[in-house]
Amino acid sequence: MERTTLDLWVGAFVVAGLAALVVLALKVGNLSTYNVSESYELQAHFTNVGGLKPTASVRSSGVLVGRVTSIVLDTERYEAKVTMSIDKRYQFPKDTFANILTSGLLGEQYIGLMPGGDDVMLKSGDEFKKTQSAVVLEDLIGKFFTSSVDAK
Amino acid sequence: MPIVKSLRTIGRRSINAVWRIGYATRFFGMTLFYSGLSFRRFQLTVKEMFSSGVMSLIIILVAGMFVGMVLGLQGYETLKRYGSESALGSLVALSLVRELGPVLAALLFASRAGSAMTAEIGLMKATEQIAAMEMMAVNPIARVVAPRFWAGVISMPLLAALFSAMGVFGGYVVGVVNIGVDEGSFWSQMQASVDFQHDILNGVIKSFVFGLAVTAIALFEGYDAPPTAEGVSGATTRTVVQSSLAILMLDFILTAFMFQGA
Repeated sequence: MERTTLDLWVGAFVVAGLAALVVLALKVGNLSTYNVSESYELQAHFTNVGGLKPTASVRSSGVLVGRVTSIVLDTERYEAKVTMSIDKRYQFPKDTFANILTSGLLGEQYIGLMPGGDDVMLKSGDEFKKTQSAVVLEDLIGKFFTSSVDAK
Repeated sequence: MPIVKSLRTIGRRSINAVWRIGYATRFFGMTLFYSGLSFRRFQLTVKEMFSSGVMSLIIILVAGMFVGMVLGLQGYETLKRYGSESALGSLVALSLVRELGPVLAALLFASRAGSAMTAEIGLMKATEQIAAMEMMAVNPIARVVAPRFWAGVISMPLLAALFSAMGVFGGYVVGVVNIGVDEGSFWSQMQASVDFQHDILNGVIKSFVFGLAVTAIALFEGYDAPPTAEGVSGATTRTVVQSSLAILMLDFILTAFMFQGA
């Protein structure tokens, strides 16, 4: 069996196709953001997570520091328990605020961390004590209506 | 009696249709069963990948580019009304990777390569090459059908990936270079919304299934074609019609399974 020019073309085709897949995975998809080298787990309870989803980003000062791994309902407290994995490079003080924020008016929701001033850092498995739930637009409109009725 | 006659026609056609489905299933099973040769002598499959995969490259790349460019233009026009032009990247990428890439690439593949497969095998049958192979104790399914089948199945996901990648590039050219959407938000919004497993891998699975369906239909129609000029042309038409319908129906079913709720 000899090498033919046909093999070259088919080889080029296969290489191009696989390269396209790699480009899709790395440039278009989020595979490049998955490889957080080492991470630790932190938890937070929220009264309402709104539209937060697993794999949503966790940001501090706008920088991606981790991702949400799971959201479950904690039946002891009847609150949502959000577990997130944080890049090991970033440590946060014990009194860090965890807020559910929205990027833009209609954008996706993410968790924003606002570090406090405590000297003790959060360890793996610890919990954010201070949290702020997602802003639900219906509640906001409801509050607006009731307050405008009161003003009359 | 006209009623009896028409009843007879209906009955004959239904029986024929069921018969054909059974024959097609057996044909498909035989193709899988005699696939060994197309991997042991991989050269056979490579040769068919050239004529079905490589020769479809140009139409796939050009079509992908233009589809991406149209998505960029139309998406921008619509998103501009809501002031969220920065989401153009995720719109272009998601619609390409999830739907348009696999579906349009498969439709193009069906009309470009599928029809050629049918015509080739139909003509082989009409000129009694298939019968001659059987006379020489060469299994035509192993020698002719299976390599074409596997070539199509391997080529289809690669073509769909190329289509999507070209489409994203086309959307980038129109959206960022031409219209002037911010380049950073174009790519970062895209990366934030496209998930590798949920979107890209599901797209690859889709195109793999479409590849199976298109090549199976094309090969069966060719093998089953009446050995006349009219028969081959009819079979070629049926290939394009049936595989296009199969692609769209399968797409609905797969989408319902893959993207429900999540």
